[in-house]
Amino acid sequence: MSVLMPMDKLPGLNKATILLVGTEDALLQQLAEAMLQEDCASELQVHLAKSLPLPSNGSRPRIDLIVFVINLHSKYSFQNVEESLCHVDSRFFLGKLCFLATGAGQESHCSVHQSMVVKLAHTYRSPLLFCDLEVESFRASMAQRLVRMLQICAGHVPGVSALNLLSLLRSSESPSLEEL
Amino acid sequence: MEETVAEFLRRTILKIPMYEMMTILKAWDFFPEEQLQTVNFRQRKEQLAVDLVLLCEKKSASLNDVALLDIIYTQAHRNHKVWDVFQMSEEPDDDVNLFDMEQFKSSFKKTLQRALRNVTVSFRNAEENAVWIRVAWGTQCSKPNQYKPTYVVYYPQTPYAFASLSTLKSTVPLLGQALKIASNHHQIMKMDLRSRHLDSLKAIVFKQYNQVFENHNSTKPLQERNLGQNRNVDPRLIHENTVEKERIQRITEETFGDYPQPQLEFAQYKLETKFKSDINRGILAEREEPLRCLVKFSSPHLLEALKSLAPAGIADAPLSPLLTCIPSKRKNYFKIRDK
Repeated sequence: MSVLMPMDKLPGLNKATILLVGTEDALLQQLAEAMLQEDCASELQVHLAKSLPLPSNGSRPRIDLIVFVINLHSKYSFQNVEESLCHVDSRFFLGKLCFLATGAGQESHCSVHQSMVVKLAHTYRSPLLFCDLEVESFRASMAQRLVRMLQICAGHVPGVSALNLLSLLRSSESPSLEEL
Repeated sequence: MEETVAEFLRRTILKIPMYEMMTILKAWDFFPEEQLQTVNFRQRKEQLAVDLVLLCEKKSASLNDVALLDIIYTQAHRNHKVWDVFQMSEEPDDDVNLFDMEQFKSSFKKTLQRALRNVTVSFRNAEENAVWIRVAWGTQCSKPNQYKPTYVVYYPQTPYAFASLSTLKSTVPLLGQALKIASNHHQIMKMDLRSRHLDSLKAIVFKQYNQVFENHNSTKPLQERNLGQNRNVDPRLIHENTVEKERIQRITEETFGDYPQPQLEFAQYKLETKFKSDINRGILAEREEPLRCLVKFSSPHLLEALKSLAPAGIADAPLSPLLTCIPSKRKNYFKIRDK
């Protein structure tokens, strides 16, 4: 079973690579384009994948941040993410992985309940972000946020590491699952 | 002109949208061209209707003339009605009868008139040999109701007829009977196919939907076509699953073809199956009667929506054959039972 490793390659000079995983290509494409439009001191690369494992490719750079995109309107996208999580090395869960849920704005179309994604994120101890990717302004601000997170995870921000960021995000989260 | 006929005419004219008025009146051919030029088409529709009714009275328009106008209007707005499909069959040892249009029309009319003294039956020939039939239903003692007619489009030389049934449900068996007898068939039954789009129904029933008329670059391999589209993409953006995407494109094309899909609004599945469970215990598993459930898929263009499910990443390819068999099986109503 091929597993995605965080540290199996040397980092590129000033390079930061993000991997977006999700079933709906159109959404991923739009988010990727929004990210690439951001002004950023690091050299960005965005990889889009429908699911893991990725096809074997020696020239792929080291992945600094994985974002799993779940569309709350589609159970299929949720199942896809659950299955892909098996192919991720456990060291990614130390701040180099996050979940992004889209579609919460249209409650009537949601077939995946919010508590399911909250539970998933809690199980994997990783941050969960909500954003309606179909709305351009929300998408643009999420892109900014992801670029910033990516820079931290790639080690380009002095004094802040991925693990620091994770604990910062954790403490400002809503009450833990037991209290829900 | 009788008052009821005049009212029927007035209401029919009011249905016609102003931008179509001239075209429809010309197709009706009741007024010569010169007379139409004298009518003021710039006034409000209510007033125009009054003027036209007066002109028709002078020319003694009959009920049949107005029914013809109604047919022309419906032909122009065929998508406003919901169409069912009927299939007829002959006895295997019947002689092949040469079809005679006049004989069909008179036999159809006679059958209906024999059963219900009061019916209005009108015919209009259309393209591709088809005949449009309009039937307004009455009873033994009451006059036909002109506002709830049935329209039938019959293609002679084929066993198919498309009908937009009146809301008067009791008329359906009699209509079937008349069609069967007039066209020299032995049996008639309703197919499980229904849609507003008459032309799409025709394409499905006569299996004409898979004809591609333009020249396609189908000889170019799929990768070249996709790469050509992506020439302006940022090199910093990399798609990892190109092989998977190509597989999905290929399967979608194999299932749905390269051509535009016929237009249907829904597909309905009635399930009558017994509860199946791994555990083999529990109240539901012991239940003798099957569970009943109805699933309906609706869309302005159902088949195109199904075709785009896998490429959009909303479903896995290949799709369930229950969904993809709709045009080839010529049905959009399904009953699923335990074998």
